[in-house]
Parts: sequence; structure tokens; C-alpha cells
Amino acid sequence: MLTVAEATPVPRRTAPAVELRGVSKRFRTRPGGPPWRRGPATEKTALHALDLEMRAGGITGIIGVNGSGKSTLIRILATLMVPDTGTARVFGHDVVADADAVRRRINRVSVEAAFFKELSPWENLLYAARLYGTVDDARPRAESVLRRLGLPADAMDRPMKQLSRGQQQKVAIARSFLTTPSLLLMDEPTTGLDPHSKRDVQRLIEVLRDERDVTIVLCTHDLAEAEALCDRIVILEAGAVVADAPPAELCTSGQSLEAVFLRMTGHSIGDDTEERS
Amino acid sequence: MSTAALRHELGAFVGFLERQRNLYRRFWAWEAVWFVYSMVSVMSIGYLATGLAATGIGGGIDLRAIQLYLLAGSMLWSYLSLVFMEVAYAVGWERWEGTIEYTFMAPVKRATHLLGICVFSVIYGLARTAVVVAVSLLVFHVDLSHADLAAAGLVLAAATVPLIGLGILIAILPLLAPEKGEQMSTALQGLFLLVSGVYYPVSVLPLPLQAVGVLSPLTYTLSAIRDALLHRAHAGALLPQIGLLLLMGVLLIPAALWLFSLAERRAKRLGTLKRSG
Repeated sequence: MLTVAEATPVPRRTAPAVELRGVSKRFRTRPGGPPWRRGPATEKTALHALDLEMRAGGITGIIGVNGSGKSTLIRILATLMVPDTGTARVFGHDVVADADAVRRRINRVSVEAAFFKELSPWENLLYAARLYGTVDDARPRAESVLRRLGLPADAMDRPMKQLSRGQQQKVAIARSFLTTPSLLLMDEPTTGLDPHSKRDVQRLIEVLRDERDVTIVLCTHDLAEAEALCDRIVILEAGAVVADAPPAELCTSGQSLEAVFLRMTGHSIGDDTEERS
Repeated sequence: MSTAALRHELGAFVGFLERQRNLYRRFWAWEAVWFVYSMVSVMSIGYLATGLAATGIGGGIDLRAIQLYLLAGSMLWSYLSLVFMEVAYAVGWERWEGTIEYTFMAPVKRATHLLGICVFSVIYGLARTAVVVAVSLLVFHVDLSHADLAAAGLVLAAATVPLIGLGILIAILPLLAPEKGEQMSTALQGLFLLVSGVYYPVSVLPLPLQAVGVLSPLTYTLSAIRDALLHRAHAGALLPQIGLLLLMGVLLIPAALWLFSLAERRAKRLGTLKRSG
């Protein structure tokens, strides 16, 4: 296995960053209780035979209400979930058959900053750097990112549990930077952050877009954020793509993205259903 | 595997050891509590033998030898159960913290991940048990004049190999059952306690349980260590048991890794890797 730094960039140049062909996913839920008293299992389709292609570079925004299939899509691309049908490729590598090659090229920032909460940010970041083989200069690189995100210097060695949710999310972003991914999967990275932290994170995503050779898939509920940051917007509704175009094309004749979303899906982005994916 | 790939896996292996060490350092107070619990368990068994002598129930039997027999079983069980629990808990812990998706998404072989956790647990288990043994020897004035400690150590080293295999097998349980997996691992430990002859010779068990005991590496470990401690059996005489333990380990580790990969695939198919969201 090659380290992240040594991974060959050749497929990136020749293949799309993300290529989905007929990708579908269903979840089955069984009611609790003993088998003889259980009712029938219920099924929910998270993704309907999705076809999607994303070119290398730039930011593709995926917007949709909770339960629209955004997180399922991210998990499939992150090799954390196996699609029921179809193929998903990242820089030409199949996420199931060639998961190791995919993992060397990706990282993910999820809505919940998942860390060992008793450990410090540095201990968590060092752990990630060791898994990705990017330990050299890890500390100064991490400090540089966290400084740009406005995290106090003394927070680096305090237990994660003492940091605010916004600060933890900033460390999660630093973790993803530390591993130098070619494809960064960001699943609602600014949800629940205070306005100031949200702006810090959005500014860093802009820096990424402008200065680094990285493809970003950004799932968000924030339509203003999607409009400001994304080169292209995909609207997911009940596991299917209902719109796919650059923001300027979607918002023709001065329509807001919110109005476009309402027209395409029949409801507002705020009308969330319960998260099932 | 190329040299670069091997170096990467070794770096990740160090990462897992380092992560576990940092976690234990943060939870040192709880570890101290668990140490006291181990000590209390072993001492209870030691005093059981002493109590037999005091009540005269033992009759003409060698109560010193009985004490050493029970203490050997108790100390070894303290070590084995500690390793089982730590390995199973490591996976359960990651689920609880939500970091399991990040660990499973990293470009690291699952064998490196699991062996890293197992090796740390073995090192920690040996260190903690060594203190328990030292205190027990002082408290009970155990007669080791008939013991071949080098041979006992050799058996313990050989037993570590199948123990790692069993540890990986037990780590599957929290992956299969997110809520109850850890409790299931405790139940499985109970089965090993029953059939492996921890506190009595396996020959006293009904035949069906003896048949199950034949499959347990702990049965041979306990029998060989008792031979070394009570009857000064030298390493040469214990070679058949040592060879069998190594053979069991050579078979168990790949089998356990394969079963773990099946459980991982199942979790990715059903979408149960995540704890929430």
C-alpha cells in the first residue's frame, strides 16, 4: 500500500473525481421484540439508482432535507457503506472492489466532530496523521490550519471535551487537511456552529477551493452557503436527483436558491423529515 | 507488500499503540479501580484455599499445592479476561465516541488495526498481571520451590498467539450488535471460564463440556502452566502443549480476521457502522 503522499495522481487526471452509475441503497428496519411477535420489516429507499459525475477540482454542493440521501451518498463514497446496486468510483477506483485506493485519496468531515473526547486535539490529530502516513511536520501544519480557523493556541493540548462544538468542528477540519486528501467529503460541516465559527469554516473552504488541488463534495442545509461556495449544486429529494447545475443556471431570472429548491421539491429546505440515512 | 507500504502499516500500528496508551493515561483513575478489582478477585481465590485449611475440610490434601493451583488459575484468568475485555471494549469504545467510521475509513489494513489493539492489550495485561502476581506471592507466601518459571513464561508467551485470535473474535461482537455486543463478550468469557479448567481440572466436567474445553486454547495454557508451577515441568516436556497453542494461534488469527471482515462488510451493508446520524 502506498502512503497518501505517494499515491499516484495519474487516475485523478484521467478519471472524474466521482462517478456514480445506478447507485441505490435501501435500509430495512425490523421492529423490536421476540421474532414471533414482530411485525413485518419496513424498507426505506435512501438512494434511487443514482447517476452522477463530478469533475476533479471545485466544490459540488449536495442540498436536500434530512433523509434525502445526502449522508448515505457521502458514506458510500467514503467506503463506509456498500451500495445495493450500481458502481461508485472515486478517481477511477471502485469504492467496494478497490477501497484501499479510494481511502488513500479521501477524507471526510461529518456533522458530528467524532473524536476521542478525553484526548487532546493534538493527540487525536497525531493518531490520524499516523494512520495516513503524514506525520512529518504534522504539528506545525495542524497549528497553522487551526490558527487560520481562529482556534486559541492553548486549545491544542486540552482535552477535546473542554472545547466548544465549534472548536471541535475546527479540529475535525484540521484533521481532514492533515491527511492531504484529493477528495474531501464534507457532510454539513457548519450545521450547529455559531455565526462566527461558521464564517471561519466557510472562509477556509474558499481557501481550499482557490489554493489547493482538492475536489470538495459539500452537503449542506444552508442554501446561502451552497450558493456562495459551490461551483455546482445537486438537489437531492427522497434519494433522487431533481436538479443538477451551477448556481447561476439554477437561479435564473433572479430567483433565490430557496425558491428554486421549493419549486423543484415542493417544500422548503426547513421542512425536514426525520433523518433515516 | 512494498517497503513503503510496510513502513506505512508499521506507522499505523504505532498509531494504534500510541492512541491506546494515551487513552489509558487519561483514564488512569479508572484503571486503578480495575486493578484493585483484579487484586480483590485473585486474593479471594487465594483466601478460599487458606480457608479450606483453616476449617479442616481439606483433610489430608496438600493445601499449599491447592492454593498455588487456584492462584495460578485465578491470575491467568485475570490476565486473559483483561485482554478479552480490553479488545472488545476498544471496538465498542470507538462506536461510542463515533470515531469508528474514521478508523475504518483510514488507508490501513484491518489486520494492522486489530493487531495494534490486541498487542497493546497484551502488553498492558501482562504489566498489570505482573503486579497482581507479585502482590499475591507476598501475601500468600506461595511456595515456588517446585516451579519452573522459565517454562511457565514460555507457555504464557505461546498462549498470547491464540489469545490475540480470540481477542479479534470477541471484537466482532460489538460490531454485530452495537448495543449489546460488549455484554455478549462477557457471556463468552463466562463460557471459557466454565470449560477451560480455570479453577478445577477439566476432567470433572460432563463429557459435552469437556469436548468444548478441548477447543479452548486456555485449557492447554492452564494445564501447561500448572505443570510448570506445581511439578517443575521443563520447557522440553511442555513442547507438545506449546506447539498446540502456537498452531491454534496460527489458525485462529487469520480465521478471526476473516470473520471480522465479514462482520465489517455486514455492518457496511446494513448501515450499522455509525452510532447515529
